[in-house]
Amino acid sequence: MTWDWSAVRDFMPRFGDGVVTTLEILALGSLISFTLGLVWALAFRAPTRFVRWPVNLITEFIRTTPLLVQLFFLFFVLPEWGVKFSALTTGILAIGLHYSTYTAQVYRAGIDAVPKGQWEAATALSLPAHRTWFAVILPQAVRRIAPALGNYVISMLKDTPLLAGISVLEMLQQSRLAGASTFQYTEPLTVVGVAFILIAYPASLFVRALERRLVR
Amino acid sequence: MSADTQIEMPVKKQGGTELIRFENVTKRFGDNTVLDDLCFSARKGKHVTLIGPSGSGKTTILRLLMTLETPDSGTIQVNGNRLYPAGEKERREARKKIGMVFQQFNLFPNMSVLRNITEAPVRVLGLGADEAEERARELLDLVGLGEKRDAKPSQLSGGQQQRVAIARALAMRPEVLLLDEVTSALDPELVAGVLDLLRDIARTTDITMLCVTHEMSFARDISDEVMMFDAGKVIESGPPGKIFGDPEHERTREFLGAIA
Repeated sequence: MTWDWSAVRDFMPRFGDGVVTTLEILALGSLISFTLGLVWALAFRAPTRFVRWPVNLITEFIRTTPLLVQLFFLFFVLPEWGVKFSALTTGILAIGLHYSTYTAQVYRAGIDAVPKGQWEAATALSLPAHRTWFAVILPQAVRRIAPALGNYVISMLKDTPLLAGISVLEMLQQSRLAGASTFQYTEPLTVVGVAFILIAYPASLFVRALERRLVR
Repeated sequence: MSADTQIEMPVKKQGGTELIRFENVTKRFGDNTVLDDLCFSARKGKHVTLIGPSGSGKTTILRLLMTLETPDSGTIQVNGNRLYPAGEKERREARKKIGMVFQQFNLFPNMSVLRNITEAPVRVLGLGADEAEERARELLDLVGLGEKRDAKPSQLSGGQQQRVAIARALAMRPEVLLLDEVTSALDPELVAGVLDLLRDIARTTDITMLCVTHEMSFARDISDEVMMFDAGKVIESGPPGKIFGDPEHERTREFLGAIA
């Protein structure tokens, strides 16, 4: 087996599309997981257990079942109920939803770490609940948890190839298609592996820098 | 200070109307009864100091007034409005008249000094940003930190942070100011500055003050009334001269002797 640079060159157009798709999954998936995770975290602290219990149950369920199962479920079962999304949209929703159950725990820890005196000062000033959350508690919590959230983004990046399972044309799927048409798998797969390192490693350096800056 | 405050000497305040009223208030933490069927009242404009051994329920009284704790039974009123028992809305209204300064300052570390002070007046009282800022600047000048308005709390010393916390409480124009061991967390050399400021506020405003402190000379200076607590009850109260000079109760003598 020899390394064939022309196979690398031939893979480039497909690879470019794959990178764009992977980054799109990552960006939108992160956005969903950050937002939805916050919604879960606030619901964990709802005044009534009729909110807390179901939310705990649902997030625990999603968190402890495999992402691939969830992807298949959303992709193959939802259409039977009349809900039809493209493979890419389904994949983004699934990975965002799955990771939101992790970020929810991160938010929860960050919120719990804000000193009790901050809540008490907000009460003493009669701040309304939404100001207490969004002006006082969350800015302090997010500061502490930004690095942990960053780590989940990197982890999500490494889970994006699972979307190949529902035919999303991200990097891995593109390399498989390239291999299937040329019978040269080595080059495309190697390129994809290297691409993951080139995205993930700087990202992890960034997270570490963030950690040094924000977490005191 | 605020437009509706007058400069009055403490002696002229004797006839003030009742502002705070505790009736048969009991508060337990688990098996520990912190306040036991407590009754007391404080009149408008008075400075009341609560003294007593730790765990005697002094701080709990302030925390109940600030709605940071809920009594197990009894009623608490502020200016004729019920704090307990009361609906959430009624309680919110009554609470707006009360400000509190904490032992650990509890400034919002993510906000500038100025925003710490303007946040509540803008969001709770509905002041315009300019008006709130103007008020904050005046208060910062009063507490001697005019030039620190853009600093973050972490850039200030403990004494400076506590002075900002006092300004923050005053910005809400409270009728009642609760002071919970406000100098206990300070380095010794920073205590005097904060106490001098509070003496000033006590002298120049008619804000009612409820004060938990271990600074007995400060208590003697500013108080109209001193209440000695032990095991969840007021065992003795009276003017500072009487309590510090000629206490009647054995426990009071012991307590004052122990901390002297």
